[in-house]
Amino acid sequence: MSGNSIYQPQSAFMRWLERRLPIGALIYSSFVVYPTPRNLNYWWTFGGILSFMLGLQIVTGVVLAMHYTPQVDLAFNSVESIMRDVSFGWLLRYVHANGASMFFLAAYIHTFRGMYYGSYKEPREVLWILGVILLLLMIVAGFMGYVLVWGQMSFWAATVITSLFSAIPVFGESIVTWLWGGYAVGNPTLNRFYSLHYLLPFVIAGVVVLHIWALHIVGQNNPTGVEPKSEKDTVAFTPYATIKDTFVLILFCILFGWLVFYVPNYLIHADNYIPANPAVTPPEIVPEWYYLPFYAILRAIPNKLMGVIALVASIAILAFLPWLDTSPVRSARYRPLYKQFFWVFVIVCIGLGYLGSNPPEGWYVIFARLFTIYYFAYFLVILPVLGLVEKTKPLPNSISESVLGASGLTGARARA
Amino acid sequence: MMLKRSVLALLLAGAFAAPVTPAAAQLAEGATPPQLHWPFAGPFGTYDPGQLQRGLKIYHDVCSNCHSLSLVSFRNLADPGGPGYSAAQAAALAATYKLSPADHFPAPNEAVVSAFPIKPPDMSVLAKARSYRRGFPWFVLDFFTQYQEQGVDYIAALLKGYDKPPAGVTVPPGTFYNKYFPGHNLAMPQPLFPGQVTYDDGAPQTLDQYSQDVAAFLMWAAEPHLDQRKRIGFQVMIYLIVFAGLLYLTKKKIWREAELHP
Repeated sequence: MSGNSIYQPQSAFMRWLERRLPIGALIYSSFVVYPTPRNLNYWWTFGGILSFMLGLQIVTGVVLAMHYTPQVDLAFNSVESIMRDVSFGWLLRYVHANGASMFFLAAYIHTFRGMYYGSYKEPREVLWILGVILLLLMIVAGFMGYVLVWGQMSFWAATVITSLFSAIPVFGESIVTWLWGGYAVGNPTLNRFYSLHYLLPFVIAGVVVLHIWALHIVGQNNPTGVEPKSEKDTVAFTPYATIKDTFVLILFCILFGWLVFYVPNYLIHADNYIPANPAVTPPEIVPEWYYLPFYAILRAIPNKLMGVIALVASIAILAFLPWLDTSPVRSARYRPLYKQFFWVFVIVCIGLGYLGSNPPEGWYVIFARLFTIYYFAYFLVILPVLGLVEKTKPLPNSISESVLGASGLTGARARA
Repeated sequence: MMLKRSVLALLLAGAFAAPVTPAAAQLAEGATPPQLHWPFAGPFGTYDPGQLQRGLKIYHDVCSNCHSLSLVSFRNLADPGGPGYSAAQAAALAATYKLSPADHFPAPNEAVVSAFPIKPPDMSVLAKARSYRRGFPWFVLDFFTQYQEQGVDYIAALLKGYDKPPAGVTVPPGTFYNKYFPGHNLAMPQPLFPGQVTYDDGAPQTLDQYSQDVAAFLMWAAEPHLDQRKRIGFQVMIYLIVFAGLLYLTKKKIWREAELHP
């Protein structure tokens, strides 16, 4: 590739700075010459998109916080005031509210991509676990942000979710009172949620640094799951990955823009435009779409404590994935059976989301239970057993062989 | 392989087709409101100032007796993308209330409101706070067709939805049967009747026209920057699509070199 592999400061100032803080070299080695597998497909662009979304949520969130009032009598109207009276406040708020959805969409695609290509396998276990921690932090931060709007759905979601802690034996009730800062969801609850909602994105940013650090130690996985062996297997991060990531980021922004400018309330429950009222329970309490699969798992289990355990386990189990999957082959490309179970798993997750949006009665419950069984069986039975019995396809010798054909360079010339 | 296919088909069928809302839940939900034509629908939709002015008149003459509009200021009546009044006209309306233009629409008559068992809701965000269940697959298609008018369709339908209860259905005292209201027993008596409000622009003084005009006015009250949002949205979309095209071509050029000289 063009360029030097070692950073050489071009200006006198950068030479001066480099001797004192080698930040230029760090950026150069991490984001310019950093070798990325040449066969990465478009599913690998979501890491960059997630970084962008985190930055966007922080920027819009900080400005929104300048106009928001975390007080039970004023919160709802302060959000409405942002929508009406603040210059482009409607844009800030719709970008932030729908940004959460786009953030989760990207995070879920990123996670499914990791699962499909076995990106969690040795030596990327810590990288993967940091990702699961990020997902968990996002779930908590997103929930708290939703409560700040202080509409009916905000209030009742806060009540339902915090009440889950009451399922804990002996200490449950005390923990819930402690979380609320009182005997019901009220002003102290709103205040602490606001404080934590402002804090958590920076915790997420910190863990993102660790996530990227771990990534740069072990290197990126790729669609073949075969580690790069020679320079022929990689290309420089800039310009190759940068231009590809930017292109998909803009496509992602077109979808995002459609949501923000044309259907901004598509994902927002109408009841959340009714100010919070502790005296009136809404006909249905539904979380945001990105929590629906977990909500369906919670409600699929008749026992409250077991339901809460299943809810927590459904996320926590992801952290154990590197050891639950016993197959030595990473990529689903070479695992014909795994590939099918994986796609069924994706459909089950989407199906759980649909079931979570419907009342827990009749057929909905039966399907929610079947899907919950599959969800956990996928991790606890299918993956451990499959690795031992599955007959995998032969792996290519190298990335360049899989991209350019067995004859390597000649193949590329022939095509050109 | 065959088995896997059929398992997949079963899962799909189960998730998206088989579950039917039980009859009890169906009964509690109101009838599906018809979808009306709204000038502010779609990617190029804008409010019709004439319609908003008529809607304001209905709000002023009828709704405001019981319903507040606490988040809308008189000055908003002169904002761009609204009913199109001048600042002087907005001030003149405010003067009839003995308030300054910065003030909000006043709270309704407490003596009237206190007669109701339930406090009539504030109408500022009502058009976004009301909806109805769309169900699969409509809720998926709504994303693409940009159907965002569930609230106004519901409100317009509700205002016309008063009817005699079906045989065998008793309506509790103090409530009124409405086929679009979830549970059907609405505390609000029918508020609008044909010919009740005089229009000065020649628009028909029918219940259909009234209900649609006031619903449109409430949409503006709930989403006053809709015109600006859609206008900017179109510009953003054009920009992003052109930008994406250029990036794609640049990406192709850069990667072609990597493919030729690995």
